[in-house]
Amino acid sequence: MKLVLTAEQRELREAVRGFLAAASPLSAVRTAMDSEAGHDPAVYRRLAGELGLTGLIVPEEYGGAGAGYAELAVVLEETGAALLPGPFLATTAAAIALTQARTPDKELLSGIAEGRLNAVYVPASGVGVDAAGGDGRAVLRGTAPQVINGMDADVLLVETADGALVAVEPGAEGVTRRALTTLDPTRGQAGVTFDGAPGRVISEGDENGLARTRDLLAVAVAAEQLGVLRAALDAIVAYSKVRVAFNRLIGSYQGVKHKLADMHCKLEQAESIVRYAAWTADEAPGELPAAAALAQVYLGRACFEVARDSLLLHGGIGFTWEHDAHLFYKRAKADEVLLGPPRTHRARLADLLEL
Amino acid sequence: MDLDEYRRAARSWLAENAPDTRAEGAPDAGGVAAAKEFMVKLYDAGYSGITWPREWGGQGLTQAEDRAFAAEAQDFVLPTYVFSIGLGMCGPTLVDLGTDEQRRRYIRPLLRGEEIWCQLFSEPGAGSDVAALQTRAVPTDGGWVVDGQKVWTSVAHHADLGLLLARTDVDVPKHKGLTMFIVDMHAPGVTVRPLRDMSGRAHFNEIFFDGVHIPAENVVGKVGDGWSCAVTTLLHERLSISSGVGMGGQKDNPAAFEALRAAYAGPGGATDPLVRDQLVELYVRSRALALFNQRLAQETKAGIFPGARGSAAKLLLAELTLFQADLATSLAGPEAVAYPGGGGGTGEVGGSAGARLANAIAMAPGMALGGGTNEIMRNIVGERVLNLPPEPRTDKNVPFKDLRTSGETSAGDGRLA
Repeated sequence: MKLVLTAEQRELREAVRGFLAAASPLSAVRTAMDSEAGHDPAVYRRLAGELGLTGLIVPEEYGGAGAGYAELAVVLEETGAALLPGPFLATTAAAIALTQARTPDKELLSGIAEGRLNAVYVPASGVGVDAAGGDGRAVLRGTAPQVINGMDADVLLVETADGALVAVEPGAEGVTRRALTTLDPTRGQAGVTFDGAPGRVISEGDENGLARTRDLLAVAVAAEQLGVLRAALDAIVAYSKVRVAFNRLIGSYQGVKHKLADMHCKLEQAESIVRYAAWTADEAPGELPAAAALAQVYLGRACFEVARDSLLLHGGIGFTWEHDAHLFYKRAKADEVLLGPPRTHRARLADLLEL
Repeated sequence: MDLDEYRRAARSWLAENAPDTRAEGAPDAGGVAAAKEFMVKLYDAGYSGITWPREWGGQGLTQAEDRAFAAEAQDFVLPTYVFSIGLGMCGPTLVDLGTDEQRRRYIRPLLRGEEIWCQLFSEPGAGSDVAALQTRAVPTDGGWVVDGQKVWTSVAHHADLGLLLARTDVDVPKHKGLTMFIVDMHAPGVTVRPLRDMSGRAHFNEIFFDGVHIPAENVVGKVGDGWSCAVTTLLHERLSISSGVGMGGQKDNPAAFEALRAAYAGPGGATDPLVRDQLVELYVRSRALALFNQRLAQETKAGIFPGARGSAAKLLLAELTLFQADLATSLAGPEAVAYPGGGGGTGEVGGSAGARLANAIAMAPGMALGGGTNEIMRNIVGERVLNLPPEPRTDKNVPFKDLRTSGETSAGDGRLA
C-alpha cells in the first residue's frame, strides 16, 4: 500500500498548483463564474494543452499520458483547492467511463486527450434505449435531470437504464438542454431531455465496467473534496494569524485553535483515505469498491464540516458574497451530494462489509 | 532476507512462542516473571529493538521490518505491557540523548526485559503543565539528592529504573531549571504506592522521593536542559501510544469494530438499520485512523519525521477509544453494567462479556488523559503543526520561585497576585 507521494507525483502537484495560482486565482474564478460560459475557455485550453491534464488517465495509444489514479488524485486535489470552474471533472468522468468500457473508443478518447472534446459523463441516468439497431446506433428517450457541466458538453456519454454507454451529440435532433440554477456558482448543471435522440453505442450491458466506473468516479470526487477541504482549512488558518480581537490574534484563543486542530485531524485522515483509495484503483481492484465507498462516506462529511467551520470562524465577513468562504462551503455541499445522497454511500459500505 | 520472508519468519516464531493468555494491563509478580522470560526469548530471536542501533543492542533494521513484525503481532497477545514505557519512551530518549556509557549500560537490558523502566514526570501540581513540577534535585557530593512526589506512574511497582524530571534551579524561569535523571527505583528513600484508577485496579502509582541519592553520571543530557529532553520523551510517547507499542492491538478489544460486527451483524447482517449505520460509523473512524497511522509510518520510513503530528494521531485514538466503548456499551444495553461474577469496574479482572464491556467503558477516559489530555494535544497540533500564535503566557520569564501554585488565592484576573 502506498500512502505517500513519490517525487514525480510531488512535481506534478507543484506544476498544477503553480499553473492554477497564476492562471486561475480565486479572483479569476469569480470573473469566470459570472461569465456566459461559467468558466474561462482559455484557461481550460491551456490545462488540456500545455499540461495535458484531460488526457492524464487516457492510455498512451490514444494520445494520453497513461498515468494512474494516484496521479489523477493529485491533480483533482489541486483543481478542487482552486475551485476551478469548467468541465474538468465531468470530462475526467467521461474518460474514466471510456477507459473502463470493454472496447475503448479511440475517437472520443483521443479527442479528450487532445483537449478538443468536452465529453461529459451522464451516469445512471435512467434514460431508456428506444431502439437499438445492430449497426451500433441507438435512439434514446428519457430525461437526465442533472448533468454536471451539461451545457459545456461537446458530446454526452450516457449510461442508459439498461447499462449501455451511448454517445450523443448535444446538437442532435431530439436533445434539449436547459441550464439549471446551482447552489455552487463555480460549477454548472443542466437538465437534458432525449426525445428520440440518435446516439452511437460505445458498449452494451457491461456491468463490471460500469460498476468500476462508479467506484473510480467516487475516488475522483473524493480527491477533489480533499483539495476543497485543504484550501478551506488553509484559508482560516492564515486568517487566524492576522485577525485581531480583544488585542490578540484570534488563532491564540483555544476556542479557535482547538477547532482548527480538530479540522487538521480531519485533513490528515482525509488525505490518508484518498491516497489509499487511489492506490486500490491502481493496484488492488478487489479493495476498490469498499475503499471508494469509504472515501465518499468520510470525505463528503469531512469536507463539508471543514468548509462550514472555516466559514463560521471567519465571523460575519464569511457570510458575505464578496468573501470566498461561501464558495468553498457551497462546493463542499454540492460535492457531498454529487454522487447521490450521502446515505447511499453509507448503505453501500455496509453492504460491502456485510453488516 | 526480503520483507515477505521476514514476515513469514516472524509469524512462525510468534505462533510458536506467543503465550496463549489474555493480557489485562498491569500483571502481578508471577505475570512479570513470565513476561521477563518471554522478553528474553523475543530479544534473542531478534524481535526486540528492531530499528534500534546495533551498537547498543538493537537490530539496526528499518521501519519496514518493524512494521512487518508489528502487523504480525496484531494477531497475538504479547505480554509486553510492563516494558512498554521503557520501549516506547525511556529507551528511545536514551538512544537520542544519553551518553555512550549510559547507552552501553542500559539499552541492552531494557530490550531484553531484564530491567523494567518507568517515567517520572507528572506531579499532583503539575499535570498538563508538567514544567511546573516541584520535585527538587539538589547537588551533593558526587551527585544529587532528590525530594518530592510523582504521580500517574505506570508500571512503577515493577520498575527497576525510572526516567526522572526534577527541578535543579528555582531562580530561573520554570522551563530552564529542569534536569533529567536516571533513578534507581530500588534506592533508599524511594516509596511506590499503587493508585487505584476508576476501573478499580492499580494501573499506575504515586512515588515519593525522600532524600534519594542519584550519582552524577545519571544526568541525561545537560543540567538545566531537562525540558528539551522531556519534549523528546513526550514525542516518543505520543508516537508510541498512537502506533500501539507494547499494546495488544485491537484483537482483544471487546469494543473494536470486529468484535461488534461479530456480535451484531451475523451472517444475515444487522437487522436494525440504526445499528448497521452505527457500525458503519465505527468502521469509518477506525479505518481513517489506521490509514493515517500507516501513512505516518510510511513517511517516517521515507525520512519525513512526523514530529508533532503524532499528537494528532494520539488525539484521534483517544476520541476513537471513547466513541467505541460508548457505542459498544450502548449496543449491549443493561448487560454492560450488571453481570454475574467479578470484573469491570470492581477492581477485579473478570471474563464475562458484560465485565469486559464495563472494563472498556471504565478504562476509556484514560486514553484521553494519559500522555497528555485532548486539550493539550489540540494545543500542540494548533501551535506546532499549524503554527498558530501561542496563548499569552505569564509564566515564561518569571523565576520559578515567584510563580503561583494551585490553591493560592487569585488576583481576580487569572494572573499572579
